[in-house]
Amino acid sequence: MSLVESPERPAATAAPLRKAPALRRKHTRQRLRTLGFLSPWLVGFSVFFGYPLIATVYFSFMHYNQIQQPSFVGLRNWKYVFTQMPLFGPALWNTLWLVVVMVALRVIFGLGIGLLVTKVKSGVGLFRTAFYLPYLAPPVAATVAFVFLLNPGTGPVNGLLEAVGIPAPGWFNDAAWAKPSLVLLSLWGIGDLMVIFMAALLDVPKEQYEAAELDGAGAWAKFRYVTWPSITPIVMFAVVTGVVQTMQYYTQALVAGKLASGVNIGPGSVIQPGYPEHSTLTVPQLVYSLGFQNFNTGAACVLSLVLFVIAMAVTTLLMRKRAGLLPAED
Amino acid sequence: MTTTTLRAGGAPARTGSADRGPAAARARRKRLLHWIAVHAVAIAAALFFVLPFVFVFLTSVMSDDQAMSGELWPHEWNWSNYATVFSTPGFLDWWKNSLMYAGLGTLFTVCSAIPVAYALAKFRFRGRRTAMVLVISTMMLPPQVVVIPMYLVWAQQLHLSGSLWPLLIPMAFGDAYSIFLLRQFLLTIPQEYLESAKVDGCGEVRTLLRIVVPMAKPGISAVALFQFFYCWNDYFGPQIYAAQNPAAWTLSYGLESFKSAHSVNWNLTMAATLLVMAPVIIVFFFAQKAFVEGVTLTGVKG
Repeated sequence: MSLVESPERPAATAAPLRKAPALRRKHTRQRLRTLGFLSPWLVGFSVFFGYPLIATVYFSFMHYNQIQQPSFVGLRNWKYVFTQMPLFGPALWNTLWLVVVMVALRVIFGLGIGLLVTKVKSGVGLFRTAFYLPYLAPPVAATVAFVFLLNPGTGPVNGLLEAVGIPAPGWFNDAAWAKPSLVLLSLWGIGDLMVIFMAALLDVPKEQYEAAELDGAGAWAKFRYVTWPSITPIVMFAVVTGVVQTMQYYTQALVAGKLASGVNIGPGSVIQPGYPEHSTLTVPQLVYSLGFQNFNTGAACVLSLVLFVIAMAVTTLLMRKRAGLLPAED
Repeated sequence: MTTTTLRAGGAPARTGSADRGPAAARARRKRLLHWIAVHAVAIAAALFFVLPFVFVFLTSVMSDDQAMSGELWPHEWNWSNYATVFSTPGFLDWWKNSLMYAGLGTLFTVCSAIPVAYALAKFRFRGRRTAMVLVISTMMLPPQVVVIPMYLVWAQQLHLSGSLWPLLIPMAFGDAYSIFLLRQFLLTIPQEYLESAKVDGCGEVRTLLRIVVPMAKPGISAVALFQFFYCWNDYFGPQIYAAQNPAAWTLSYGLESFKSAHSVNWNLTMAATLLVMAPVIIVFFFAQKAFVEGVTLTGVKG
């Protein structure tokens, strides 16, 4: 906004001085207005994010069992988590395994389904709905359903596999198959990625395909040199948000482990999570188990901070690479 | 925002009667084979997505014994399983709690997200970019990072654990994901509408309520839907705050204990599972457009 309307600057008279307070008042008013509109978030951010983050750092240096007063123990919690806690290794390994395998397969599979739907000529709406619906299923319900479907003894899937002569795996009850079973469950809920990829694929300029065809490009060449460069930012977006989501992977792993173990446990009961053999124990589950079952607040806060650092690193990457989150005009 | 409609394909332009002969026939045969191949793959993939629902439904009407057998087709259709689920103690309370959590949560979120998203999308001020970066960062953050100190405050200072209020109250103070989604939508509203409102003497609040909110209805419904489903599906939140008090459990949380209590009754569990999924799926069929738009807005360049 230009403050000076006329091309020639007015001589230094009283006029600008008279204008200044009015302008300042206007700016103050604007600033107050902005603050007013932002206030719900400003309050929420400081109270529900800023405060607990600082408190998490504070507790990570304290011994605190949520009954007695916290006492300062220096780096002991950090040392305990990184060198002595037996479950930290498996939990971190499982989380990283899921981050790599689940995100990679989700992106590949989601892109595949997205491509498929753009190629389908009839019944598009029907196919799209079929691919999208599982994404909506509440995670707990979907997990309960999959534990039943893949149940080695009573589940219909193994019944089908045996009927066609394929050796049926133990799925959620076999330490080697438990994580792949979780991956299968997450591939079932690929609907959100499919929609995002579909939108991106339909945005690829048609003329480029025609030009490539004129140059004699086959299907693969068209994908490699036309489709791929144009959807890379969306793929990047899917990878990074996928990594962040998988870092928080909790509900499905917990519910699947609890139900598959077959132990008759109500929520809130103390069990070692990660059945079978800690194969489904993730870092967020360990945070819950330490903080709310073992009341080892200090160690739980150390783990929270480990999650925080990784999530922040990934988010920074997301915003650096401009994967579509912050528009250019910002 | 993308301008492409989400309808893929469409019949290819019919070739005129001019191209006959063996080359055209070959091309036609190739197109037909392509059509068959694509649809065969699509149907196979669709089965993977749909069959779990079908098996769950079929099991939900089986007898107790048959549900343990791994058989696929029910011998008899026990619709009474659904009545049994509903009459399970607590099940109706879980419905009530889920509706309250999702309903109030959505209301709080929408009311707090609208002004914040509007300011972030349309006001020019110093620190705008920083604010946006902070919103996105909180959106990306695992809830486990801040949950322990928050729990201690709610439980030990405010004595509100055992209820859903510790989850609901923060929603009245802005939810990062909703703010981000709505802001992406508001960016698409042309500045001229707002300016002409101002020329007509509307203040910011009036502009927001009379011009922006009506124009942003699709964006607001997307935010509302996503928040409703987030609350409906939430397991971690109720586990932290409501676990000690079964009267405050939600459906998503109670379902797992339902299974544990009926450890051998897969038929009842599958009926309950479908009852937890049902509202989400029904709402989706009424609001498909808002949904797809919302997913696209978060994923595609703004």
